[in-house]
Amino acid sequence: MTPQPVLEVRNLVKHFPVRGRGLVRRRGGEVHAVCDVSFDLYPQETLGLVGESGCGKTTTARVLLNLQPATAGHVHYQGTELTQLSSKAMRRLRRELQIVFQDPYAALDPRLPVNEIIAEPLRIHGLYGPSGREDVRELLRLVGLTPEHGNRFPHEFSGGQRQRIGIARALALRPKVLVLDEPVSALDVSIQAGVLNLLAELQTRLGLSYLFVSHDLSVVRHIADRVAVMYLGRIVEVATADELFSAPAHPYTQALISAIPLPDPRKERVRERIILTGDVPNPANPPSGCRFRTRCPLFAAHLTDAQRHRCTEEVPPLITHHHPAACHYTELSTLPALSGLSMATGDDLPRCARAMRGRERG
Amino acid sequence: MTSPGTPVLEVADLRVEFRTDEGRVQAVRGVSFQLSRGEVLGIVGESGSGKSVTSLAMMGLLAGSARVSGSVRLHGTELLGASDKALSRVRGQSIAMIFQDPMTSLNPVYSIGYQVAEAIRAHHDVSRDAAATQAVQLLDAVSIPNPAQRVDNYPHELSGGMRQRVVIAIAMANSPEVIIADEPTTALDVTVQAQILDALRTAKEQTGAAMLLITHDLGVIAGQADRVLVMYAGRVVEAGTVEEIFYTPRMPYTLGLLGSQPRLDLRRQRLHPISGAPPSALNLPSGCPFAPRCPLAAPVCEAEEPPLAGAGGHLSACHFSDQLVGLEPGDLFRPVSQDTAL
Repeated sequence: MTPQPVLEVRNLVKHFPVRGRGLVRRRGGEVHAVCDVSFDLYPQETLGLVGESGCGKTTTARVLLNLQPATAGHVHYQGTELTQLSSKAMRRLRRELQIVFQDPYAALDPRLPVNEIIAEPLRIHGLYGPSGREDVRELLRLVGLTPEHGNRFPHEFSGGQRQRIGIARALALRPKVLVLDEPVSALDVSIQAGVLNLLAELQTRLGLSYLFVSHDLSVVRHIADRVAVMYLGRIVEVATADELFSAPAHPYTQALISAIPLPDPRKERVRERIILTGDVPNPANPPSGCRFRTRCPLFAAHLTDAQRHRCTEEVPPLITHHHPAACHYTELSTLPALSGLSMATGDDLPRCARAMRGRERG
Repeated sequence: MTSPGTPVLEVADLRVEFRTDEGRVQAVRGVSFQLSRGEVLGIVGESGSGKSVTSLAMMGLLAGSARVSGSVRLHGTELLGASDKALSRVRGQSIAMIFQDPMTSLNPVYSIGYQVAEAIRAHHDVSRDAAATQAVQLLDAVSIPNPAQRVDNYPHELSGGMRQRVVIAIAMANSPEVIIADEPTTALDVTVQAQILDALRTAKEQTGAAMLLITHDLGVIAGQADRVLVMYAGRVVEAGTVEEIFYTPRMPYTLGLLGSQPRLDLRRQRLHPISGAPPSALNLPSGCPFAPRCPLAAPVCEAEEPPLAGAGGHLSACHFSDQLVGLEPGDLFRPVSQDTAL
């Protein structure tokens, strides 16, 4: 039996009006930041939402938490439709849906001591009772800091420690779902690893579901159970992490994976690369049909004119071949990069993955 | 022209110090290396390790508050302390530089064609037309589509990747002997990064220049560099060929960096973070600056900063580098469940 998703996102759309620079600020078209995005988030899983800058991954995260109103579409959280909720009703649900932001320098109030930063959500929700002080101390311990850190101010902490404070604040209300928006992108690699390990550990201990938004596929490969790849506002492929990285179906995913440098000189120097030409098109004026076609190596070199016509005219739906991919011709695309790249199996499963497996079996 | 093997650029005991209100900041503490023609030397390190300050100091681009000492010699000619006039003959001509943010390295009010041509005319007595023709060729070399039309574009009309190509074209303009690329792909998306790394390789091959590639990305280093310097707290803590650094590191910090890097080609990989954070350059610990984070640290490490030493070209600054032979990151950096990050 498949478990019920905690969060169901259906046909989510977000358009931003583009306004002129003049005094009148005329509306001049719309940026289609998120276009018909659907996915499920299951209990205790990590879903990675990946893509390059401007693909709409952060907007998706913000819209589904109602931090920005959706233009169309639905978000169900355990039977409640979030997109239509009043801000008062939404506030009650925020206890269960929390977010950790990318920039640990901007996300913490510089004038509050850490104790107060973490206590703030508890106070807002009327949960800061007699045990409040001890609750905050416990949260600090939970994220690998010490209670003595609570009296200091954000500027006294390093980036990694600040991100831990942001995580402690998000966990204060005992949420079920945590949206992590590029939580380690601002951190150096030696610090990033500690925060990633912490997130994996917290997930097991607290039974959290993560929506992990990131541009870094190596990080997502490490932490995610499933991955959704976005390009120019649309999801182009969804698969388990193992499937996605060993047999990517969409030409964009293939190019993306092949572009990531491996920190291993011998492997890195024998890889074949798919180098995409050009840049991501303007989301205010996306290409018709398949949005990736302007950069697609398949479209450029391997399709007949009739096949190309279909790419230009028809938006490819997420169709399931091996796993869902939004390409008319997935069967034609191959990934040279992986032929030279043998997937090593690590010695042991991280705990979160083991928990996932156990649940799937049960 | 130099024959292969003889160093084009020699940097010896480079030190940079900033006087601030809070005290002396020792940003670079004795960096030495040599660069030969056609070679790519990678400098890898985390934020604040001094890798960018090293390159700025070499070019004489630091503010007046910086105190620079040591020696930077291009074909034997000392650059440190040279007059601005002498340096401006070197900059862009013998040594070209590519910075992280292409928007701030280009002038927003001139067309890109003008800016490429300007780089040529600054060092060569050629006509405007000849320089303009060359500019089109250079833009073509870095794969800018329709270069003949694009020359009239202004930087704001181009994407980040295109702008960085223009910067690379400018760097190539005078066939420099050294190209310094400081985080050239950090601001770019990964599919664009692959294009820019290609353009950089073209630039290197067409000019035959030696390249100093500064980055925090171990993957970029693995793919591009011939030799690598690992920097920590203003010093080179390990130096060697790219294979030596990645497969037989002799400094715990290098091993820790490799162990904390998530990898695309590993399934269910366990990360081994380095506990703590790099020291502040304001008050460095006495002894080895990595000692507070190092699992091998012993009293000698706090008493005495180890010199960069070793056999052959593989050097490391660690009292216990022999103990690292055959170790995996997980053997040294054990995962701790309650990682008190201090």
